[in-house]
Amino acid sequence: MYKVLKATFITIWSLFVLFPIMWAITTSFKPESAVVNGATFIPFLEFQPSLIGWKAILPGPDSLTNLLTPTLNSLIVTAGATAISLIFGSLAAYGLSRFTYGWKNYSNADIIFFFVSQRIMPPVVLAIPFFLLLKELRLLDTHLGLILVLTSGLMPIVVWLMVDFFNALPREIDEMAMLEGCNPIQAFFRTILPLSKPGLTVAGMFCVIFGWNDIFFALTLTATKVLTLPVAVIALNGTVTPYWILAASTVFSIIPLVGLAFVIERFLSRGNLGGAVR
Amino acid sequence: MSLILKNVSVTTEKDGVILDDISFEFKPGRIYILIGRTTSGKTSLMRAIAGLLPIDSGEITMNGVDFDEKPIWERDVAVVYQQFINYPNKTVLQNVEFPLLRKGLKKTEAREVALASINKVGLSDYLDRKPSQLSGGQQQRVALARSLSRKSHIMLLDEPLMNLDYKLREQLRVEFKEIFNSQKDAVTIYATTEPPEALILGAEILVMHEGRIVQFGSPTEVYEQPQSTTVARVISDPPMSILPVSLAAGEIRFSDGYSQPIPAKMKNFKEGRYEVGIRANDIVSAKSGGEKGVISLVEVSGSETLVYVDTPAGEVVLQMEGIHDVKVGESISIELPGNRLFLFETNGALCVSPDSAGE
Repeated sequence: MYKVLKATFITIWSLFVLFPIMWAITTSFKPESAVVNGATFIPFLEFQPSLIGWKAILPGPDSLTNLLTPTLNSLIVTAGATAISLIFGSLAAYGLSRFTYGWKNYSNADIIFFFVSQRIMPPVVLAIPFFLLLKELRLLDTHLGLILVLTSGLMPIVVWLMVDFFNALPREIDEMAMLEGCNPIQAFFRTILPLSKPGLTVAGMFCVIFGWNDIFFALTLTATKVLTLPVAVIALNGTVTPYWILAASTVFSIIPLVGLAFVIERFLSRGNLGGAVR
Repeated sequence: MSLILKNVSVTTEKDGVILDDISFEFKPGRIYILIGRTTSGKTSLMRAIAGLLPIDSGEITMNGVDFDEKPIWERDVAVVYQQFINYPNKTVLQNVEFPLLRKGLKKTEAREVALASINKVGLSDYLDRKPSQLSGGQQQRVALARSLSRKSHIMLLDEPLMNLDYKLREQLRVEFKEIFNSQKDAVTIYATTEPPEALILGAEILVMHEGRIVQFGSPTEVYEQPQSTTVARVISDPPMSILPVSLAAGEIRFSDGYSQPIPAKMKNFKEGRYEVGIRANDIVSAKSGGEKGVISLVEVSGSETLVYVDTPAGEVVLQMEGIHDVKVGESISIELPGNRLFLFETNGALCVSPDSAGE
């Protein structure tokens, strides 16, 4: 009885979650007639699939808008911000985990809170300061500008996650590495970092997801030169765009994250992430 | 050319005084056994030498070089911890090679040394395993191979055999003796809580208590002439029984009124209050007479029986050869042979031991 209830619940919930995605995917392959004459769901039976939606967003003779350039921009910005956040964030986290810093009554815990507090403020508050800052630095509408702004949001997450992760690694490993001729930096890169793959994967995943999905800063701090994918998709929404093209563009923009999810899932199933997420 | 500690002290907020004004010269080519209870400061002393525990005052020099100016990674100190530390992401071979490569050995050379050292601890069949795929004893042997292959000038072993099984301990003790003796220019410091281990390794003994070195000497010296009741308790296993007595009128009087004639060696001491100590294997259970007591605990270990006896004069531990059927709660008579008694001042200092060259 319990099993039946469980299976029923899971089925209903899956349908509930998957239906919008399925609808978006099928719509992206629908011709005009399949959309305007009432709802249709099943390809080949209810409608004949067509590629007009996809042709419109990819370069070619039928191209309406080109999403490849925004995709490239999104990739550069996400990869850049993730890389900087992971490198400097994990170095900072290692320092905070292994050494004691402080001034008067303030110590490591306060520094960590300072990092995390960066995430407490709503991004809207930061829009104008960031805009003026980038304007002065002549970084408005550049990849670097957007990378730096995103990094300021992503690095706290990395520091926060990685401090916890490093705290869980035995200190004796670093001590042993130092006794065996490594200075602290070498000890970090040669012994601690190889052990930190699970933690770095989780932190990196967060960075990629937040970076890829960022819309607010991309919208306020870039204009035409660095148009990111989410902004481009929204721009399509604002004009009179047929549903099948909209559907194709949204499906297109989630493909990279779905791919990432599959990679991580394989990583998880191999047990490499065991104990990383507590 | 030696490791010299001068007035080394360490105090922490949490644990108070850890090392208390330690001065000692460790000479190369010798083995020093640190023996003491668990909180006596053995591990702290080693951590201070390695640089893992910052010292508050005093100085540590190796061959005239002040260690204060040398960071941990330049001190060339090999450490084996009681709880084995290996790099979890490296294989057995890579673990042992790592310090050798860091030391600047060529790849082929490092591999050769590593293989030889792995062979010595009997793990040649496990070269490509990760530490997590080995048993506890095997992991400890990897840690040993890693530290011993380095040929450092200072080797610190902190109860390295603690987590191993009996057979392997025996075997490794012999190995240790060979390895230590083959390194003529290395200072070897070996901490243990087990007195027999100290005796077997045939090294010089440093007895530590509450952050101080309380006695230094050869094993027989320390064993036969413990300078204080503290040392006597630490160095004897099972611990020496120590009872308050007074010397008067040619008799040793115990606090409960039981008395026995004063042994020849103690005749020259003036009358007054003292403490006597006696080792467990020197106490004899008597048919009649002697001191009477009630058995409070019986432990059978190997081929010996340890009997803890509550007497009105204090607790006495006696060791009997073979396995005896004695029960807790039974009363027992014991004899304390006068020629096996240690006499201590009430402040703990040794007056005379059974093995003193007496008159």
